[in-house]
Amino acid sequence: MIAIIDYGVGNLFSLSCSLKAVGVDVVVTGEADVIRKADKLILPGVGAFEDAAKKLFSSGLDKVVLEEVKKGKPLMGICLGMQMLFEKSYEYGEHKGLGLIKGDIVSMEGRIPKELNIPHIGWNALSFKKDSVLFKYINEGECVYFVHSYYACDCDSSVTATAEYGIDITACVESGNIFGCQFHPEKSGETGLKILKAFCETGEQK
Amino acid sequence: MITKRIIPCLDVRNGRVVKGVNFEGLSDVSSPVSLAEYYSNNGADELVFYDITASFEERKLFTDILTEVASKIFIPLTVGGGINTLEDFERVLGSGADKVSVNSGAIRNPDLIEQAAKRYGDQCVVLSADIKRVDGVFRVFAKGGRENTGMEAIEWIKRGVSMGAGEIVVNSIDTDGVKKGFDIEMLKAVCEAVKVPVIASGGAGCIDDFTKLFNEVPEISAGLAASIFHFGEVAINDLKSELKNKGITVRL
Repeated sequence: MIAIIDYGVGNLFSLSCSLKAVGVDVVVTGEADVIRKADKLILPGVGAFEDAAKKLFSSGLDKVVLEEVKKGKPLMGICLGMQMLFEKSYEYGEHKGLGLIKGDIVSMEGRIPKELNIPHIGWNALSFKKDSVLFKYINEGECVYFVHSYYACDCDSSVTATAEYGIDITACVESGNIFGCQFHPEKSGETGLKILKAFCETGEQK
Repeated sequence: MITKRIIPCLDVRNGRVVKGVNFEGLSDVSSPVSLAEYYSNNGADELVFYDITASFEERKLFTDILTEVASKIFIPLTVGGGINTLEDFERVLGSGADKVSVNSGAIRNPDLIEQAAKRYGDQCVVLSADIKRVDGVFRVFAKGGRENTGMEAIEWIKRGVSMGAGEIVVNSIDTDGVKKGFDIEMLKAVCEAVKVPVIASGGAGCIDDFTKLFNEVPEISAGLAASIFHFGEVAINDLKSELKNKGITVRL
């Protein structure tokens, strides 16, 4: 059973449907007990970092997630959910994240060539930086769907894939049993479903 | 590199896709669900559903269909038509839409853009503008292009972006339906004015029109069309292969 953590941020309908489409049992939940019983966790998120972080921390689910991850349970953060895995975000101020992956979330403004649009919206190709179990069913160069204005930096040791948008934008991260995708696998067609499928199989391989 | 997106637009009324559709191998050509699946399997990067119904009952039918599409198709879905309030945003986002396109509703109440962007994020709010030249000036038209609002189009779009619109759809009334190509001059003017992604609409008649669009307005993020895709005049996969041959980055 995969638990999508519902802490009041974003629309979890597509994510839930996409996991069903790859053939796994999925539950959307904000209950600690259900999260503890699940085999794997997904931390979703859209919108602003501060608002999402406040909701996650005030729900108390952050502690449950941290406990479960420490026990070795696989966790995947998606989009803003990936950004929340990091130590800090500089989106409108300075805000603390879960601190599971070393690095910061910063604005693309001033860091990408000025002729490029912000947000980074659309399909972009993945360049692999390291092997990852998430890439089991996909090839380098396949495109995935991004929507974001901030990105993870100073996290070289955990980056497994990037996408070129004037600079190398962190697309996938991995550190032990913790995974993150800046893009939306649930909106990335067949490629996205294959990434979700690979994540769903992570525990079974070990 | 970010790819140029190709987006088919489906008008839905009473639970069916209107405007004749002509595809071989598609048993129910006016079912929004089977058409959406067809496009998704054949290279569409995103889908736009335009709700052209009026009554409350038909709205419900539309959102039910949207939910069915969203449960089967895993590419971005944008919904437009009849979006006048935050409740309308809630209704379509709750039914599976990823982005919501506002047009006349935002003209009547510009604050809608800001309120929706604050609640759902900029990425969720698409400002769609129907634009026509009047005495050499780009003017915004409302009510499906029937009513001249008198607003200067570039100023309106800049205002929309400053209030939080995350993407712009520029529909040129001057080139719409003519099938002689996109409105390059108008699109250049919009791309120069704003930094968010701009989607071109109105005028596509053949593959070369898309090549010209992306070559002459390199800032354009996507091309949107309806009838040339629905009638099978242009297959999206063929279009994207041809764009790739011409050196334009697409997702194949």
